Amino acid sequence: MADEIVELNAGIDRLLIVGIQRRGVQIAERLVRAIQASEGVAVPLGALDITLYRDDLQTVGPRPVVGPTTLPVDIDGRRVVIVDDVLYTGRTVRAALDELADFGRPSRIALAVLVDRGGRELPIHADVVGRRIDLAPGGGRIDVLVEELDGRDAVVVVPSGGDAGAPDGDAP
Amino acid sequence: MTAARPADRPRAAAPVRLGKDLLALEPLSSEQIQLVLDTAEPFKEISERAIKKVPTLRGQTVVNLFFEASTRTRISFEFAEKRMSADTVSIAASGSSVQKGETLVDTARNLEAMRIDMVVVRHGSSGAAQFLAERIESNVVNAGDGTHEHPTQGLLDLLTLRDHFGSLTGRRVCIVGDVLHSRVARSNVWGLKKMGAEVGVCAPRSLLPNAIDELGVEVFDRVEAAIEWAEALNVLRLQLERMQAGYIPSLREYNRVFGVTRERLDRAPRDVLILHPGPMNRGVEIDSDVADGPHSVILDQVTNGVAVRMAVLYLLAGGRPELAEAAKGGAS
Repeated sequence: MADEIVELNAGIDRLLIVGIQRRGVQIAERLVRAIQASEGVAVPLGALDITLYRDDLQTVGPRPVVGPTTLPVDIDGRRVVIVDDVLYTGRTVRAALDELADFGRPSRIALAVLVDRGGRELPIHADVVGRRIDLAPGGGRIDVLVEELDGRDAVVVVPSGGDAGAPDGDAP
Repeated sequence: MTAARPADRPRAAAPVRLGKDLLALEPLSSEQIQLVLDTAEPFKEISERAIKKVPTLRGQTVVNLFFEASTRTRISFEFAEKRMSADTVSIAASGSSVQKGETLVDTARNLEAMRIDMVVVRHGSSGAAQFLAERIESNVVNAGDGTHEHPTQGLLDLLTLRDHFGSLTGRRVCIVGDVLHSRVARSNVWGLKKMGAEVGVCAPRSLLPNAIDELGVEVFDRVEAAIEWAEALNVLRLQLERMQAGYIPSLREYNRVFGVTRERLDRAPRDVLILHPGPMNRGVEIDSDVADGPHSVILDQVTNGVAVRMAVLYLLAGGRPELAEAAKGGAS
């Protein structure tokens, strides 16, 4: 994925990697490390919490926890790559695009996801995909685990009805 | 946007909620206070952005109903509302129908008839916010009611202290000044105690409530003793009208005996953090070189006030769980 991101942007010039809270941030960190290993340059890394830009805030039950948003550099004219763990409905990415627009005008925004599970509800597609897993909408859930938060790295497919620590109104 | 919670993570305990209104800190649990403080944390960054605005409360109407004079609190609420994209109207008692004798409830009901979502109320009578909350559908935020509570001020004081100390547990915070008439003092005492801090109060006996000992706070008759004990002082404004009412003999004497001065702080065994809810009477309860000194966090309090109020608006507004239940089927 790191190589694809570098290729996509024709190098690392003015590149900015932005992870979506929460697990997109860890994946973004690893991509930055991988790019540093291959290119020898530390690409700036940001984190975006899109909670306040969600389109379903009036309907979710308890208020979702808001995480920090940190963009280390001015995004104007940057080549921004948004990184998330799972791409599903596309609504998170829509929110992220809106939030980025409030910070400035990047020259290009691309999307990199570890897993694309299909089921889009908006016209959004990923430029870089780690793994495609076709799952019918409502046909279960894909959980990405990262060592930093979960103790191990894994992609877990939880079939519908299967419920091991399901999210409580976490995301649509 | 999948529900990307790992499968092997333990199910979270029942989520903490704030409820419909924020009326006081006394009835809140430490978890609820923690929730507001934790939520306020990421909101600080929004005020640092070039575009200081998020769309979260778009289309929601908030009315700031101020029956008492206020500059800082009202503007802080207005900024918080605007930075969350709410539509806001501020009404002061003077120049409104209140002057024509309209009651609080009638005013609020008329506003509700215009389809508002939230009321921020400041009123001279203790219990006014609660009274209102029981009678209208909108969310109610108490922005100070009589001598009862001023919960968002208490919360921003807690946030400022937490910024500095990391945790409030075991920290010694002393409130200095007119505790008897101060809603800020009450919100502080409740909030600090719930968060595990040790609380002291220091004032002339005439400005302390009779039942102060029942609150479980240390009482200091001398400000020197309070300074020696405390790690942070929250210095309250001495309202000038108290002198006319005979609570204290003179402002000069108050400053001589209870004023927080550089000389007194220099004798303290440690650096003491200085808070003041404003507006300050420089040279009365606090000296200028203390208010502007290196350990003063008075302006941090003002900055944090906006973040705390954004957090409160966020936690109270919207979030209708019955709709979430209905949407759950195909959503996640």
